[in-house]
Amino acid sequence: MDWILIFSRAVEAGIGSEAVIYCLAAIGLNVQFGYTGLLNFGQAAFVAVGAYSIATTVATFGLPLFLGVGIGLVLAVLLALLLGIPTLRLRADYLAIVTIAAAEIVRLVVRAVALKDTFGGTDGLQEFAGTFYGLNPYPEGNYVIPPFIGFDHRTMWILTVGWILVIAVSLLLFLVMRSPWGRVLKAIREDEDAVRSLGKNVFSYKMQSLVIGGVIGSLAGFIFALSRSSAQADLYSTDFTFFAYTVLILGGAARILGPIVGAAIFWFLMIFVKTGLEEAINKNVINFLNVNQVGAIQYMIIGLGLILLLIYRPQGIFGDKREIALDAR
Amino acid sequence: MRRAVIAFTAFLGGLIFLLASGSATAWAEGESVKGTLKSQGQPVNGVKISVADESDKPVGDATSNAQGTWEVSVPSAGTYKVTLDQSTLPAGLALRFKDRATLTVQVFEGNARNVLFALDAAGGQQQGNTPDGDPAPTENETYWARVAQLAFEGLSLGLVIALGAVGLSLIFGTTGLTNFAHGELLAIGAFIAFFLNSVVGLHLLIAAPLAVVLSAAFGYGQDRFFWGQLRKRKTGLISMMIISIGVALFLRYLLLFIFGGASEAYRQYGAQEGIQIGPISATPKSLIIMGIEILVLIAVGVALLFTRLGKATRAVADNPALAASSGINVDRVIRIVWTAGAGIAGLAGIFLGLSQTINYQMGLQVLLLMFAGVTLGGLGTAFGALVGSLVVGLFIQVSTLWIPPEIKNVGALAVLIIVLLFRPQGILGRRERIG
Amino acid sequence: MHADNPAQSRKAAALAAFEGLATEPGVAKPDPILVVDKVVRRFGGLTAVDVGHVEIQRGSITALIGPNGAGKTTFFNQLTGFDTADAGEWTFNGQKMNGVPAYKVARHGMVRTFQLTKALSKLTVIENMRLGAQKQRGENFFAGLIPGLWRGEEAAITQRAEDLLTRFKLIAKKDDFAGSLSGGQRKLLEMARALMVQPELVMLDEPMAGVNPALTQSLLGHVKNLREEGMTVLFVEHDMDMVRDISDWVIVMAQGAVIAEGPPHSIMSDARVIDAYLGAHHDAPLSAEEEQQQLEEAEAELAAEADADGDSTKEAGNERV
Repeated sequence: MDWILIFSRAVEAGIGSEAVIYCLAAIGLNVQFGYTGLLNFGQAAFVAVGAYSIATTVATFGLPLFLGVGIGLVLAVLLALLLGIPTLRLRADYLAIVTIAAAEIVRLVVRAVALKDTFGGTDGLQEFAGTFYGLNPYPEGNYVIPPFIGFDHRTMWILTVGWILVIAVSLLLFLVMRSPWGRVLKAIREDEDAVRSLGKNVFSYKMQSLVIGGVIGSLAGFIFALSRSSAQADLYSTDFTFFAYTVLILGGAARILGPIVGAAIFWFLMIFVKTGLEEAINKNVINFLNVNQVGAIQYMIIGLGLILLLIYRPQGIFGDKREIALDAR
Repeated sequence: MRRAVIAFTAFLGGLIFLLASGSATAWAEGESVKGTLKSQGQPVNGVKISVADESDKPVGDATSNAQGTWEVSVPSAGTYKVTLDQSTLPAGLALRFKDRATLTVQVFEGNARNVLFALDAAGGQQQGNTPDGDPAPTENETYWARVAQLAFEGLSLGLVIALGAVGLSLIFGTTGLTNFAHGELLAIGAFIAFFLNSVVGLHLLIAAPLAVVLSAAFGYGQDRFFWGQLRKRKTGLISMMIISIGVALFLRYLLLFIFGGASEAYRQYGAQEGIQIGPISATPKSLIIMGIEILVLIAVGVALLFTRLGKATRAVADNPALAASSGINVDRVIRIVWTAGAGIAGLAGIFLGLSQTINYQMGLQVLLLMFAGVTLGGLGTAFGALVGSLVVGLFIQVSTLWIPPEIKNVGALAVLIIVLLFRPQGILGRRERIG
Repeated sequence: MHADNPAQSRKAAALAAFEGLATEPGVAKPDPILVVDKVVRRFGGLTAVDVGHVEIQRGSITALIGPNGAGKTTFFNQLTGFDTADAGEWTFNGQKMNGVPAYKVARHGMVRTFQLTKALSKLTVIENMRLGAQKQRGENFFAGLIPGLWRGEEAAITQRAEDLLTRFKLIAKKDDFAGSLSGGQRKLLEMARALMVQPELVMLDEPMAGVNPALTQSLLGHVKNLREEGMTVLFVEHDMDMVRDISDWVIVMAQGAVIAEGPPHSIMSDARVIDAYLGAHHDAPLSAEEEQQQLEEAEAELAAEADADGDSTKEAGNERV
């Protein structure tokens, strides 16, 4: 068993682009679910909107990347409005069902053969990240971070941008969640009727929360598409959203650092289990499994982890149990 | 490291469900073209497909198997011409577009490229019509025949959804739980039957009832040892909803772990010749399945309306506190609802496996449609779930008249959102139930 | 004492306004703050509320009583925008309020509390209070990002909140989670929080339900104080002692309709009210003695209802049918 390999892969994953992507997606969910109590099960749709906005703008229409970023942000706002208007006046589970349906709609549309010329069908879109990597200040080469991890120059660039985004967004949220605005959100999470009776426009605040969380989700989409220079519809499935929830709950909902810690630990564990099992199978330490079953085991662990977390530690690593939205309604 | 990430992502992508195509992709090394031939949801086997490169040099050929799938490996990425040999199509089937027997496709590096050939019942073969030059009135007739055929298929799909949705709705009504793992109850029913049928070797007529009983037992156990305990701990509803997501993930990938990612079929009642009833062509098994589905749904309805237990169930759904104070054993009612709901869901899963294929993602694929049906009909009302599911099934199939079949589910889900805009309580729901 | 004089005069003024009014349902008041016309709410086939005409006198404490399932809470929900009426209209200070969403009703100065207290238990007591303040600049997302824009206002709000908490004897709990308070303390907090909105009309839905008897007197005092500060109070209550003690006028509802109005000391002897509590099949009393006996029975039933803790759920259940 090559423990150095297993650990280095796991640590790399814990700070790698996957962690950044899930962290941003989970920060968006934190605004919606953690602070406001909105059950957005369609975060994958917002991520897909971000990814496909830049991909389509550049690869299909040949327009500049930064126009694509602008379009992505605008479309994320529009999607949030579209989903919010019919559901935010209804009970929480309606939003859950409508957003999960919307995420499937987005995925099925961008992978449709009929729209292949625009979105590239199931193969998705490639070759749109040139501008982004053209700005890369890291000279070509491998960057080793002692003791045993390392990234190439492209990964270094995407990670730099990604983690700066994470820190910037977290700082903004830190400020705004301590303000009276954040107080209204937390109060809505508790009991909307009480907030209404105090003269606050609950619908408007929920909508703001949905929009802000969605826009942060589209940031995750930008990083997702740029980090692999490709946008593929089937990556934005319902499972993506569920994993982002796992990340959020693992770290602690309604905590600024929750999604960051959650994403790092989630990906460290995922890759640790995967590489560890693969190593064990390849080195014949384990012989009752085959490599193809490792993926299934990983996801079973996620499912089991989600169940156990919610039963035994719903506040996650950082959360305060007294302040968690899970037992509402 | 980058390679590892890419490989991992590809792996992730491979696991992700393919709701539109309805078949799981087996992991393939190297480039290939592949596809699944289906007509009215039934696999079509024995059809020859040949692949040539850009300069018409043959690369290989394949014949579709009992599941309707075929695959031809190609040497490298590039452009290929894929040709379906129309003379090998079974009697009564024809290409929807006669001029598209040869398709030109692009295969990317490392990509197993899916190629779709649309098949239809050959129109008016009894009258010996020529494929082209149909006179205008006949075209109109075939149009309506298609509408009738699609409506029939929609009804068939709607009944399966309804069977699953009734349990989902009753569990929601009595416990308030939006169970994201309900789809997996269908999948587990289908796989238990598959196990008894293919591994143990029982005839499906014996395996299926056994699987339903085992599904019901699983439902009982789930409530007894899991959900019931959580209720006792006074776990919040949102918490339980997210726990059910964990349960769904766990069960789904447990199925993948045990049975692998390939699509399976039962040993009996595979491909059947369709019989013609008026404008509709249907396989005998689909008619029998629909008959059983209707009987089960009627039985559930009658039980809810007229038996003591049914009345108790509706009372609990209406107001658990009031029901408890009027002497109803709420926990017992919920346990029975779970048991029956899981049993019926298992039955629905077996039927779904019979009319389509059995794979570990079938639960997730049908879950959203059940949600759509339940929400459309009105959350928490069993009869609403029934009506909503039929609407969803019909809408999905009939909408393929106007939209490509691969995005037919988009229409159903969009309708769900639009209905909620104008009638948030659903078709049969009451206004007080919302908010 | 000094404070007694203005207090007496407010009460006297309120009582004077009701002097000589007929005890018919829907009787006109000299200076109504809230005027309700033909409000109807149906649930399926059941008519939960069908109120013809009612006026609430400004500066008074008006009680709304009636047997279980009379539609009092539903009526409250209609007026405050928490439920949509099927028909009818009502004005507050002359402004039409039907169809106005709940939060705007509150902004107009018509603030309610709830039968089942809605203290935001995972917020601290002081945060609960601050939430009640209106037109906060920091409640805008972009302004919220810049603490300098709202710090000053927040300090003023906190000062006002602390003053109110001191008055309601909750100041020691100000940094505790509201969830750690007792039932009575939550009622107090909810009332104090409503005052942060600076309302003209305070609508209390069963302010005494579930309150420890030791706190009752203090709560009563606070309700009376609202009137002394120039506010109008409308409250739903089962506890007849409280109704008699603090209200200036009583409105009785039964089966969704207003069946009688009158001053608290005489309303319970009204035949329509006794009918409502005992059931319509009851015959007219033959003698004063029998009348007295039936009155006692009715009162006993009222007292029993007030004691029954679970009546709130029952009422909610009935209205949902």
